Parts: sequence; structure tokens; C-alpha cells
Amino acid sequence: MGLDFSVIPKYLDIVLLGAVWTIAITIGAAVVSFFGGILLAVIALYAPKIIRWPFQAFSFLFLGTPLLLQLFLIYFGLVQIGIDVPAFMAGVIGLGLHFAVYNSELFQTSILAVDKGQAEAARTLGLSRMQTLRKVVVPQAVRDVIPPIGNNMIALLKDSALVSVIGVSELTLSAQRAIGSTYRPFEFYVLVAAIYYIINLVMEAVLRHVERRIQVSR
Amino acid sequence: MSNPHPFVDIRHAQKSFGTLEVLKDISLQVDRGQIVAIIGPSGSGKSTLLRAINDLDPLTGGEIWLEDKQINKSLPYRQYEKNINDVRQEIGMVFQHFNLFPHLKVRENVTLAPKMLKGLSDTEANALAEEQLTKVGMIERIDYYPSQLSGGQKQRVAIARALAMKPKVMLFDEATSALDPELVEEVNLVMKKLAEEDMTMIIVTHEMGFAESVCDRVLFMDQGVVVEEGPPDVIFRNPKNERTRNFLRKHLAGAAS
Ligand SMILES: Nc1ncnc2c1ncn2[C@@H]1O[C@H](COP(=O)(O)OP(=O)(O)OP(=O)(O)O)[C@@H](O)[C@H]1O
Ligand SMILES: [Mg+2]
Repeated sequence: MGLDFSVIPKYLDIVLLGAVWTIAITIGAAVVSFFGGILLAVIALYAPKIIRWPFQAFSFLFLGTPLLLQLFLIYFGLVQIGIDVPAFMAGVIGLGLHFAVYNSELFQTSILAVDKGQAEAARTLGLSRMQTLRKVVVPQAVRDVIPPIGNNMIALLKDSALVSVIGVSELTLSAQRAIGSTYRPFEFYVLVAAIYYIINLVMEAVLRHVERRIQVSR
Repeated sequence: MSNPHPFVDIRHAQKSFGTLEVLKDISLQVDRGQIVAIIGPSGSGKSTLLRAINDLDPLTGGEIWLEDKQINKSLPYRQYEKNINDVRQEIGMVFQHFNLFPHLKVRENVTLAPKMLKGLSDTEANALAEEQLTKVGMIERIDYYPSQLSGGQKQRVAIARALAMKPKVMLFDEATSALDPELVEEVNLVMKKLAEEDMTMIIVTHEMGFAESVCDRVLFMDQGVVVEEGPPDVIFRNPKNERTRNFLRKHLAGAAS
């Protein structure tokens, strides 16, 4: 059986719709992982023990177990205790929290690396600890850690394929569906790989743009 | 006495970092509108004393008062925070390395604290920023980022940022010693202008000429104690203490070479 890419146009709309879902999940989870990561970092560094410990246990759980298992748990497991999370939401939350834990490690390092004089200057003006963190320290820490956070977001895009296992019709699952009707795995997997690659390129372009924009504010 | 406290009142200040005793029973009273210079060799405790005034380096003994408020009062955490944030609004501080907020433009550097702490509207805050930046001659750079400014310009913006809180006292910790020599004068001019407006100032400096021309009083510190204090012409022209004389001689020799 030779290759026949002429089957693609008929299924292109399904695949492109899958791409839209992939982008939506990636954006949703990226937002959760970004703000969740900042929150976790601030808690890890500054919260009293009684708040810090449960969050650290939670982080450890997310770091130490497979993402696949976490998605199963959120989607299939929580229903049993009465929490019915729709598949898309389960994907966004699972991916988002998983990467929030990774991002938190980066944010913690960069928060600690912000020059001590910055917080001192803010405190001398009369800002509280919280105000100093929010307006002076965290914005600079975020700015300094954009490149590695961007890499995490690209890893997140790739891991979003895992969400197919809980039935979200994202890119990978829609390819499988097209393959199910056409028996043309090579053609569709190549197509889907190309689409992931294009999304990836766009993300990197956005990232470079952001990096250039913040250059002057160092 | 109508006013029981001098404006800034440091009483028997003591500070140790671990076993290292950095301030040993220092007392200093500064009246409203007075300008005091603190000089002394490196490591003598000048920065520590200045930073104790707004409790950045809390004292291990003694008291610090601003008018009728004790700054380093020991209070439960929340009350302490509230108390210290209130007093700090009244004390402006200028650092050797400027510590401008690099992620904010000049304008926002100046408006950040007034907006957050005094609830100024955007319009009010902008007017305030323009007023303070005009005073330090930096109005043209209001929409620049700190990274786009020279050291002298950064320090003038840092002064405007502190002034925007309308402080009662200004503390300067070697405001010009990180600057290239040709940029020192523009910052000194701004400080002189403040002196003419009767701002109360405590100035840690290595610039004896400047100290002599603007200050009412000079303190010479060494190894955590005030060795000698007096009017500038006495301290600089006719010091009584041997250590003061040695320091000044060495310092002048160093500055000349
Ligand atoms: N956070 C700290 N922990 C430990 N020791 C410190 C700390 N800060 C200052 N010291 C020590 O306290 C002493 C006084 O330091 P300080 O910075 O007040 O001196 P200074 O007079 O300002 O000197 P310089 O002219 O070099 O700025 C020094 O021996 C210094 O090493
Ligand atoms: Mg010093």
C-alpha cells in the first residue's frame, strides 16, 4: 500500500477542529499554570507552615506521579465523589496544575534572585510586604524567567496530546478518528505532526516578541 | 519645653549582627530642617545607623523616634507592620545604587507608592510626578525606563520618587559614590536645593567638600561609636580628636591621588 495524501482534504475540517481544541486547551492550561505557578511559588516562599505544607504535599504529588494518571483521576475519579468535571475542563485543570508545579520552581528561583535592594526600596516608601511582592518583586521575577517558562509552555502543548485519553477531540484524537475511517495512519500522523510543529513555531515567535519587548525594562 | 522630642531622636542605639557589635550606644538628635552629615571609615556602621532609622536593619537595643512616634517599637506582627509602613511613608531614603524599579517607567517609579498608599487618582499622581521630576530636572525623561538613564539621572529620579511621598526627613546613603565623577555635581545640586527648602536630612557621605558646604552638623563615626561631632568648620578645619584627624588626613590624601 503506497502513500496517498489525497484522502486528507475530506477529513481536513475534523483535523483542523482538533487543532482548535488543542490550542484552546494549551492556552487555558498555560494561563492556569502561569498564575498557579506564581501563587504556588509565593506560598512556598512566604506562607506560614500551616498553609505551606498542604500545598507542598500537593506539589509533590503532581511532580511525582504521571500526568496521564492525574488526568484519569480528575476525569474518572472525581465523579465518584460527586465532582463531575467535563473532559475539556479536566484537561485544562490537569495540565494546568501539573505545569503550575514546574513553573513554581522557576518562579521561586527567580523571585529569590531579584535584587534585595528592590524590596528594600519599596518597603522604605511604605509599601507592605504583599504590595512589595505584587508590584515590585513578582513582576521582575516573572520578566526574568520568561524564556524557561516559555519552554514549559511548549512542553505543555506537546503533552496536551495526552488529553485525548479522556476523550477531548483535540488534534491527536481527531487524527485517530480520521485514521479509523481511512486506515491511513502515516498520512494523518504526518499532517498532525506538521500542525503541532506550526503551533510550536507560532508560540516561539510570540515568545521572542515578548522577550524583545521586555528587554528595555531590565 | 513645648516639644518634648527632637524631630529625629536616636537614643542609645545598639546593633549587633551575631557577635559583631556594629553600633555601640549611639545617640543623635536632629531638629526640624537640620542637615546632618555622617562621615567615617568603611565598616564604621554609617549605613547600619541610617538603615536603623526606618527599621530596615532593626536595632538590638535603644530607641528611634520620629517626632512623637517610636519607630522601632516592639509590637505584635500586624501592628508592627502597620506602624512601620506608616512611619516609612514619612521617611524618604536614597540608596547608593539607586534601586529604581527597572520594570517601571520613570513616571511609574514616582507614582507607584503615592497611588497605592495615598489613593491618588491617575491625574493627581501624574501631576505629582511631573512636579517632582521637574524639581530634579528629569521631566524630559518621564517616559523612559531606568535602563535608558545615566547614573546621575537615575539618582535624581530616585530622589523624586522619595520626595513624592512628601517625607518629613530624607536619608541619603552615599548617594553619589556609585557615580562617575562628572555626574556627581548634578545630584549634589538637587540635594542643595532640598537643603534650601529646609528639608530635614541625614546624609552619609564620603564627600567632605559637599558635607562642609550644606550641613549644619557633622558626625564622625568609627567602629560603631560617634568619635566626634560638631559644626562642619570645626570638624573639618579643627578636629579635636586624633582619630578624626587621621581619618581626614588619609581621606584627603586618597581623594587627591
Ligand atoms: N546584614 C549584615 N550582616 C552581618 N554584618 C553586617 C551586615 N550589614 C553590615 N554588617 C557589618 O557591619 C559593619 C558596619 O557596616 P556598615 O555597612 O554600616 O558600614 P559603613 O560605615 O556604611 O561602611 P561603608 O563606608 O563601606 O559603606 C561592617 O563590619 C559590616 O560588615
Ligand atoms: Mg555604607
